[in-house]
Amino acid sequence: MYRYFKAAVTGNSPVNRFFKLLSIYFPGEIITPEPGQFYMLQTGHTYDPLLKRPFSVFSHECSNAKDSNESSVTSNELKTKDKDLSLSSESSLQFLYRVRGKGTLGLAQMKAGDSIQVIGPMGNGYPAPEGDFIAVAGGIGIASLLPFLEKHRNRAYLFYGAQSREELVMLEKAGNAARETFITTDDGSEGRKGLITDVVKEFLNNSEKGSDKLSVISDKLKDKDSSLDSSLITHHSSLPLYACGPAPMLKALAEVVKGRGVKCYASLEEHMACGVGACLGCVVKTHSGQKRVCKEGPVFDIGEIAW
Amino acid sequence: MVNISVDIASLKLKNPVMTASGTFGYGEEYSEFVDLNRLGAIVVKGLSLLPKEGNPTPRIVETPAGMLNAIGLQNIGIKAFINEKLPFLRQFDTPVIANFFGDSIDEYVRAAVELCNASAASGGIHALEMNISCPNKQAGWIVFGTDPKTMEQVVTAVRKAANLPLIVKLSPNVTDIGFMAKVAENSGADAVSVINTITGMAVDIRRRRPVLANNTGGLSGPAIRPIAVRMVWEVCKAVKIPVIGMGGIMTANDALEFLIAGARAVAVGTASFTNPQATVEIAEGIERFMAEEGLSDINELIGSLKSI
Repeated sequence: MYRYFKAAVTGNSPVNRFFKLLSIYFPGEIITPEPGQFYMLQTGHTYDPLLKRPFSVFSHECSNAKDSNESSVTSNELKTKDKDLSLSSESSLQFLYRVRGKGTLGLAQMKAGDSIQVIGPMGNGYPAPEGDFIAVAGGIGIASLLPFLEKHRNRAYLFYGAQSREELVMLEKAGNAARETFITTDDGSEGRKGLITDVVKEFLNNSEKGSDKLSVISDKLKDKDSSLDSSLITHHSSLPLYACGPAPMLKALAEVVKGRGVKCYASLEEHMACGVGACLGCVVKTHSGQKRVCKEGPVFDIGEIAW
Repeated sequence: MVNISVDIASLKLKNPVMTASGTFGYGEEYSEFVDLNRLGAIVVKGLSLLPKEGNPTPRIVETPAGMLNAIGLQNIGIKAFINEKLPFLRQFDTPVIANFFGDSIDEYVRAAVELCNASAASGGIHALEMNISCPNKQAGWIVFGTDPKTMEQVVTAVRKAANLPLIVKLSPNVTDIGFMAKVAENSGADAVSVINTITGMAVDIRRRRPVLANNTGGLSGPAIRPIAVRMVWEVCKAVKIPVIGMGGIMTANDALEFLIAGARAVAVGTASFTNPQATVEIAEGIERFMAEEGLSDINELIGSLKSI
């Protein structure tokens, strides 16, 4: 079974006092994940916590399965069923997480050598951008967006908000993958003090007006190319947006993009029991009925969500 | 060869492990993880005449060794099930049990008839499982499954109208489940499922609010297993019809407790969430246990509990 396997923990190290990075390894054939997809991870070895928890894939190194002429019958079957699916013969997966509750506390206690049951990759992931795009990350939402930024290097205008400087986890890595990075913190310890969605709004408004002043670029990161010619800036207001972060941020972003005629994709979070579409615990109300975050999502057209 | 096949009314199950309604979708959700041919039976998500939206979120919350759910019976409706889901399930050599419910006796009857008609026309549904944990709006929100009088009425009415084997899924939220099982049996049930989830509640202490949008939910998972085993044991003493045991079964050993207490078959629910292959692993484990114990027929095991 490609989507359910028992992997080995190879590392679980703190990034700082809030975040940890879990690394797991599986030597058999599994499905290569796409950015924005997630895995259900076992977080303990008893019945408490009982359920697996969903985590976005942060990074993966998958050595691709054998050449096409060597690939097994089953993998061919799988490919014809879903032509986007690719298989890996050996995979290392990494998950960036913040210790928040019982599940992540359990996960934080896992050590190299432990075994971990994994279901995934699940969900739809981010649709590929045609050109440049805007990425909006709130806090740990960067875990889901960073592999997307890295897959499409130097194409993203990244807007990254967090509560404080320390909570801007992986900022350097994200900044390196993005064309341009705009930062806010709630306490003003890095970037502008305030909400990231306000900065996105300002950016879109400015580019609509053709203004060449991007006043919101963080000092730290403005060495890239902060002054952009106005023709380019005008174009920014039509770029697609990709967002992952807490629900209030996504809700605010939905307001910001409303009526602008731009595509905006949001990766949602909900409590999940199964992760495979069976329990109906994680539904979200959309304008076309109830959708399962685990199956039809987690990435949705933000305008589709009935906030 | 070890025989682990069992009969529930006219149903022949290859092994005693079924899926619990509401935890296995319409089968296809788990078909990537489990060979559906290897299940004793597939019990699908509860169906109603019309599609149902269900409750707002949060719908689930984890509790110690268990979880509360208040999905609110969200389902695609019987018509969509028959047209869109049943063709897939027909490919498998596994009985399909359609769980259904209604808000009135009339709705229960119409739902049962629609399912029976679909099965008569093109097959694919082998038994019905009645969820009687819904409130009877006509009778002033009395839950069908907790009032013996309303339960008798609804089961009798459905029995008269339905020609498929009829399983009644009992609510544990009663004082004497053996008595309720007897009422179901006397009203014409061919078998009973024991137990549905136990009503529970979790409170968000910071926000001073219930965690679930529905305030209360149904508790499932290993936390409820001893209660379920006790109730299965009581029901087995009270009725002659087959009993399907369920409630927190995570492993083969858990399932064996139910079988020894008298259940003819078991259903696995919450365990599928944590291990999508739990059903098949449990069936294999039962077979292994029998080999270890030198048993050749599962019927030697069923109800083998010794009284002290």
